[in-house]
Amino acid sequence: MQTFFIVLILALGFIITFQIAKASEYVGIMRGEEKSKKQTNKINAFLLLAFLILGMIGVYYCNERLKGKILGAPASNHGVHIDTMLYITLAITGVVFFITQITLFWFSFKYQQSDNRKAYYYPHNNKLELIWTVIPAIALTVLVGFGIYYWFKITGEAPKDAMVVEVTGSQFKWEFRYPGKDKILGKKYYKNIDEANNQLGQLWDDPANRDDIYVSGEPMHLVVNRPVKLVIGAKDVIHDVGLPHFRMKMDAVPGTPTSMWFTPTKTTKQVREETDNPAFMFEISCDQMCGKGHTNMRGEIIVENQEEYDVWILSKKPKYLSVFPDKNPVAQPADTTKPAASPVAKN
Amino acid sequence: MSEATHIHPEVAVSHDVHHGGDHGHHHQSFITKYVFSTDHKMIGKQFLITGIIWAIVGGLFSVLFRLQLGYPGQTFPILETFFGHYAEGGIIKPEFYYSLVTMHGTILVFFVLTAGLSGTFANLLIPLQVGARDMASPFINMLSYWFFFMASIVMLSSMFTQTGPASGGWTMYPPLSALRQASDGSKIGADLWLISMALFIVSSLMGGLNYISTILNMRTKGMSMTRLPLTIWALFFTAILGVLSFPVLLSGAILLLFDRNIGTSFYLSDIVVNGQVLPNEGGSAILYQHLFWFLGHPEVYIILLPAMGMVSEILSVNSRKPIFGYMAMLGSLFAIAILAFLVWAHHMFVTGLNPFLGSVFVLLTLLIAVPSAIKVFNWLTTLWRGNIRFTPATLFAIGFVSLFISGGLTGIFLGNSTIDIHLHDTMFVVAHFHIVMGVASMFGMFAGIYHWFPKMYGRYVNSTLGYLHFWITITGAYLIFWPMHYQGFAGIPRRYLDKSSWLSFNGFHDLDKMITIVSIVVFAAQLMFVFNFFYSIFKGRKVTNPNPWGANTLEWSTPINPGHGNWVGEIPEVHRWAYDYAKDGREFIPQTEPIGASESKH
Repeated sequence: MQTFFIVLILALGFIITFQIAKASEYVGIMRGEEKSKKQTNKINAFLLLAFLILGMIGVYYCNERLKGKILGAPASNHGVHIDTMLYITLAITGVVFFITQITLFWFSFKYQQSDNRKAYYYPHNNKLELIWTVIPAIALTVLVGFGIYYWFKITGEAPKDAMVVEVTGSQFKWEFRYPGKDKILGKKYYKNIDEANNQLGQLWDDPANRDDIYVSGEPMHLVVNRPVKLVIGAKDVIHDVGLPHFRMKMDAVPGTPTSMWFTPTKTTKQVREETDNPAFMFEISCDQMCGKGHTNMRGEIIVENQEEYDVWILSKKPKYLSVFPDKNPVAQPADTTKPAASPVAKN
Repeated sequence: MSEATHIHPEVAVSHDVHHGGDHGHHHQSFITKYVFSTDHKMIGKQFLITGIIWAIVGGLFSVLFRLQLGYPGQTFPILETFFGHYAEGGIIKPEFYYSLVTMHGTILVFFVLTAGLSGTFANLLIPLQVGARDMASPFINMLSYWFFFMASIVMLSSMFTQTGPASGGWTMYPPLSALRQASDGSKIGADLWLISMALFIVSSLMGGLNYISTILNMRTKGMSMTRLPLTIWALFFTAILGVLSFPVLLSGAILLLFDRNIGTSFYLSDIVVNGQVLPNEGGSAILYQHLFWFLGHPEVYIILLPAMGMVSEILSVNSRKPIFGYMAMLGSLFAIAILAFLVWAHHMFVTGLNPFLGSVFVLLTLLIAVPSAIKVFNWLTTLWRGNIRFTPATLFAIGFVSLFISGGLTGIFLGNSTIDIHLHDTMFVVAHFHIVMGVASMFGMFAGIYHWFPKMYGRYVNSTLGYLHFWITITGAYLIFWPMHYQGFAGIPRRYLDKSSWLSFNGFHDLDKMITIVSIVVFAAQLMFVFNFFYSIFKGRKVTNPNPWGANTLEWSTPINPGHGNWVGEIPEVHRWAYDYAKDGREFIPQTEPIGASESKH
């Protein structure tokens, strides 16, 4: 019933607006078309100027309202570069924005039709055109220069001492794998994936797999000020590892592993204290549409110091040992061990 | 679905019009005149009205998903009444949400802003402004519309399937769009989407080839290429972009159809979906993205260039002043058209693209800002010292420039790969492309409709409603999309239908509500425009002056209601460019007027 009334009111509003508009056309014709045209011209010119002024106030107000709601300071080394780049671009485009918008609306207002003015025949001016080709070109060269400089810094090789964590996305969760003591992620093959025992399809023949630690359903742990390289993959469709606080992002593509590296510069605890928000967590968002659960494909990261991390990682058992509880790598030399129930694997 | 609405007052005058001597078909039945018409003007109107109907559907979808975004979790029983199991209990289901988003994008990008915008105005304006009786091949032109119509029917039918229409986003990235197990929208809906796009591409190719050959071969005597109005140049480059890039999307779509239906592995590799191991190995999901964006980026300019051309023309006519820097405008159109092909990978900076390749695409992408800046400065100088007449078309053209500046500048953020790492796939992107491509091109389209309505239907639209339409739309557009940039800075990913489970993205409830309310108001204003449009076709004030805007271009030298063949008797000869306004103390000098002996040179 309520909906019906809303529709009715809307329809009535429509009809009234239309009738007024129709009447105003007739009135205009009766009062003399030329005269009423001049009047609407004046009104619209004035409105354009008003729109400019209100618009500028709106831009300021919007910034005041919302600037506190965007993410705080970046929590990674790359994040600092990205924010610097963002502010350089904001400054340059901001200047251009204000100059051109003010000119546009001011000219529209100032050169509104008037009987006293004749339009000026001004078809071209090569010098002017050259100036406004060259100036944007220079400004853009600066932006491209800075941009590419930072881009290569961010996308270059990860430092040698970087820790490695594998991230795997699937509808609609994140799974992690740590390489263990040998610092090598063991080989895997997707046909070995078994959602009960081998969620990542690890090949147990590969000795590098025997100390790999599989983590799911809990946050990823990283060490502050230690570079980390994320090796990223996906099982089913394309996902994207989005780390808004670190300003990082990389697609997770099935069949094509990708990677990115960065150095977290703040611990979770530190940010909690800085922002006075004890519930704060670094979040992993899926940034590539992946199906109906896309919205809730959430992961978490805890950044901590080395000691805390060591305690955490020691509490974890390699996946291999939970699959083959009888194989104790301490008692038996690893290279002679052939897993009895080894799944058939190619590769 | 639109032929029934094509009845309009031309019926009354059609018998009085003498066709050009080279035309044999004098008597026209309803079918040949309104349905299977080969008259470019009628085909243009068919594209326009079909486009308007699609715009209402696509716009309505955006209002529906804005309801979800503004009021997550709230029930709207009316939704269940209309959409049944998609909105059980009046709450939009995630699958349905993604279908709405996908259909909104597909409809607006392809069916409204490609077919509805360039289809309408290329058909209407090219023969009229170059001085031709019709397109190079009127029959293929007619087929072009009917293939578009078939594409529309297929797309529409996908909305009535049990599992719903495609829901993989308008980009339809595989594997999501390739795997039936991965989402409901990837079942029959995705097949229908691909078939519809294939038909659409055929339509757009037939149209494009026609536009190019008409412009190159059928210009009237004296109409050299550099005397063409900028609208025609813009439509020319648009057609070339379409002809060269749409086939690539066709191949991409067909390979995807193969992957879906006959077991190929072009895009699929190493997949375990819902616990089921798929046999496909060796494909590349990224290949599709290259194929898609090789069209997808030029597509942005396919949408934007016609709007730019019309805005140039409308600003010049209504400032009563020549367009400033005609050759520079032409050169920048050319530069944009070339660069449009060389920037596609800027949509893929975070797909694991080789960083060096990425840096090349940064350079080429930011280069586009140079011709864009030239265009903006030239529009501004066109207004300078003019004598501006604010018709609804002029206002929409000015609004276009404003939006193009705002949206173009945010493109500089996204085109720079370093910043794109943070902003990629966030609401910032949504804000950016809606302003620069969506709303700006809509403004170009509105400007065109208001400006050429008298030529299309021999009547005026109600301009009071036109002014109201403009002021509500521009205010609304900025209110909706300007604050959205801040959501992007906050890292909120696009296509999130409910942010309440997130700690970082949860601070924008009021903003989302405001945006939803404004978008409903803006949508209502568009309905008002649609009403004004259809009402004016039948009941608008009649045009009495064949050249109501005092314009120079050829279309205004035809009768008020031109028949098939456009001109009665000889096609006029052209003696000058289209922009002799305010020259030698005369307000305007039509292109058909010979150069006077004492006339000054420009």
